Amino acid sequence: MYAIDLLDIKKVYKGGVEALKGISLQVEEGDFYALLGPNGAGKSTCIGIISSLVNKTSGSVSVFGFDMDTQLEKAKAQIGLVPQEFNFNQFEPPLQILINQAGYYGIKRHDAVKRAEQYLKQLDLWDKRNQPSRELSGGMKRRLMIARALMHEPRLLILDEPTAGVDIEVRRSMWEFLQEINQQGVTIILTTHYLEEAEMLCRNIGIIDKGCLVENTSMKSLLARLATETYIFDVDPPTHLPSSDYFKIRQTDEVTLEIEVNKAQSLNKVFSELSAQGIRVNSMRNKSNRLEELFIELVEKGNKDA
Amino acid sequence: MLNSNYLIALHSILRKETNRFLRIWIQTLVPPVITMSLYFVIFGNLIGSRIGQMNGFDYMSFIVPGLIMMSVITNSYSNVASSFFSAKFQRNVEELLVAPVPNYIIIWGYVGGGVARGLIVGFLVTCVSLFFVDLHIFNIFILILSVLCTSVLFSIGGLLNAIFAKSFDDISIIPTFVLTPLTYLGGVFYSVSLLPGFWQTVSHFNPVFYMINAFRYGFLGIADVSLVWSFTVIGLFIIVLYSIVAILLKKGIGVRS
Repeated sequence: MYAIDLLDIKKVYKGGVEALKGISLQVEEGDFYALLGPNGAGKSTCIGIISSLVNKTSGSVSVFGFDMDTQLEKAKAQIGLVPQEFNFNQFEPPLQILINQAGYYGIKRHDAVKRAEQYLKQLDLWDKRNQPSRELSGGMKRRLMIARALMHEPRLLILDEPTAGVDIEVRRSMWEFLQEINQQGVTIILTTHYLEEAEMLCRNIGIIDKGCLVENTSMKSLLARLATETYIFDVDPPTHLPSSDYFKIRQTDEVTLEIEVNKAQSLNKVFSELSAQGIRVNSMRNKSNRLEELFIELVEKGNKDA
Repeated sequence: MLNSNYLIALHSILRKETNRFLRIWIQTLVPPVITMSLYFVIFGNLIGSRIGQMNGFDYMSFIVPGLIMMSVITNSYSNVASSFFSAKFQRNVEELLVAPVPNYIIIWGYVGGGVARGLIVGFLVTCVSLFFVDLHIFNIFILILSVLCTSVLFSIGGLLNAIFAKSFDDISIIPTFVLTPLTYLGGVFYSVSLLPGFWQTVSHFNPVFYMINAFRYGFLGIADVSLVWSFTVIGLFIIVLYSIVAILLKKGIGVRS
C-alpha cells in the first residue's frame, strides 16, 4: 500500500504563482523518503497539501488509501507533521503542548500524559517539561515538534527540514531517533537542505524543481549514476603536489588531498601512485557530497531544458 | 474518528482556552472589573443620584444590567479575537488544522473559551455591583438565557474578526469603531423610549439593544420590546455569524494558503 499517492497535483497561489505544475508521486508504506529541491521549488507547498494546510488547485491526494477530498479526517489521523518553522504556542510548556495535541486526536488525557512522558524522555526534554517553550533552545524546539507530531502515533511522519539550525551532535541523535521509528514501521518523508542527511537516512528520493518532480528513484540507483567518486586523504605534509596521469588530484590544505576516482579504476592504483611519490597516507574517507553533485547536476539540467 | 473523540478534542480546546485567560488573569479578569466599578461609582452613585428614576427604577438599578452585559460582550469578543489571532500569528492554529478535528469543534471550542471568560467577568462585575445596589432577579431563566446567547454571539463575532485579521491592529478596529458605539447606543445608560421617534427606530437596528433589553428584563421585569422578538433577533444573528464562520473555515479563508 502507498503511504501517500499524489496524482497530478497543481497549486496556483493568488497572484498566479504556479507552485506545483502537476506532480504525481507515490511513497511506499515503511519508506524513508527524501524530498529535495532548491528554495522555492515547491517542497513545502507539496507537504502543505498532503497535511491539508494548503488547498490544492487540482489533483488528488490519498494517504494510506484515504482520499483527502472524501475522507479528510481519516487521512489526517494517519499523518504527523513537523513543519519547517516553530508553530507551537511559545507561552505553553512542552508537556501541555503535547497533551493538548493528543487531545485534538481524541486521545484521553490519562493516555496522553503517559505518551507525553515517554516522548519527552526519549527526546531529552523531560527536564524542561514545565518550562515555557520560548525558553527552549533551537534544538529543543525542533525535538519538541517531533514529539508533538508523534503523540497520536501516526503511520506517516512528515518532516520539513527538521534539523535546520541544529548542531551536529543533536542532529545525529535526531537521525538515530528517526531511524529507530522508521524501523518500527513509520513511513517518513523528509525534506532537508543537508544532502548528507538525505543520503544517510533515506532509501528513496524525489527531487522537485520549479514545481515539477524532476527525479523519483531509489537513493542507490541515483548515486550509481555518479561516474566518479571523490576521496579525501589525510597525508603527511608532501614536499610537492603529487601528479597523476590517471586521477584528478587537488590539495585542499597542507595535509589534505582530494582525489577523484573513476568507477572503473581501483583504489590500489591510487595508493601505489602516492606511495611511489613518497607520500604517506594516514587516513582516508569518502567526500560526502555525492548526492550534492547529482542534485546540482539535475537542477542545472532542468534549468537548461527550461 | 468517533463522536467521543470529538468530545475529547472539544474538551482539549476548551481547557486550553480557559487556561489561557486564567493564566493571565491580571490582564483578562481584573481590568473589566475595575472599569465597571468606576462606572458604578461615577454614573451610578455620583451622577445617577441626580438623574432620579428611569422606567420606575432608580438610575443605579437601571444601568447595572446594561453594564454587566457590556462587560460580557467586550470580554467574550476580545477573548476569542485575541486568542484565535494569536494562534494564527504564532501559527499554532496549524496544530488544529492538521488534526482530524471538524470545523464545528474548532468553532465551539473557541466560542466556549469566550463564553467562559464573558460569564466569569459578568459574574465578577455582578458581585461588585452588590456593593452599590440591591439586585433583585425577576426571571432567572431569561437572565441566564440572554447572557448566554449574547456571550455566544459575540464570541462568534470575535472569531470572525480574527479569521479576517492580518495584524493586531485589525482585532482592535472592530471593538473600537463598531462594538463600543453599538453597546453605548444600545440602551446601557438610558431607556430608548426617551429618544425621539427617529432615533428610537434607528436603535431597533442595533442588535445590542435587544440583548440589553432581554437581560434587563431578567433583572427588573421591564422591557422596551418584546422578549420573543429580542431572542429571535439574537438567534438570527447567531445563525448568520456562525454560518459565515463555518463557510470561511471550510474554504480555509484566513487560515490556509
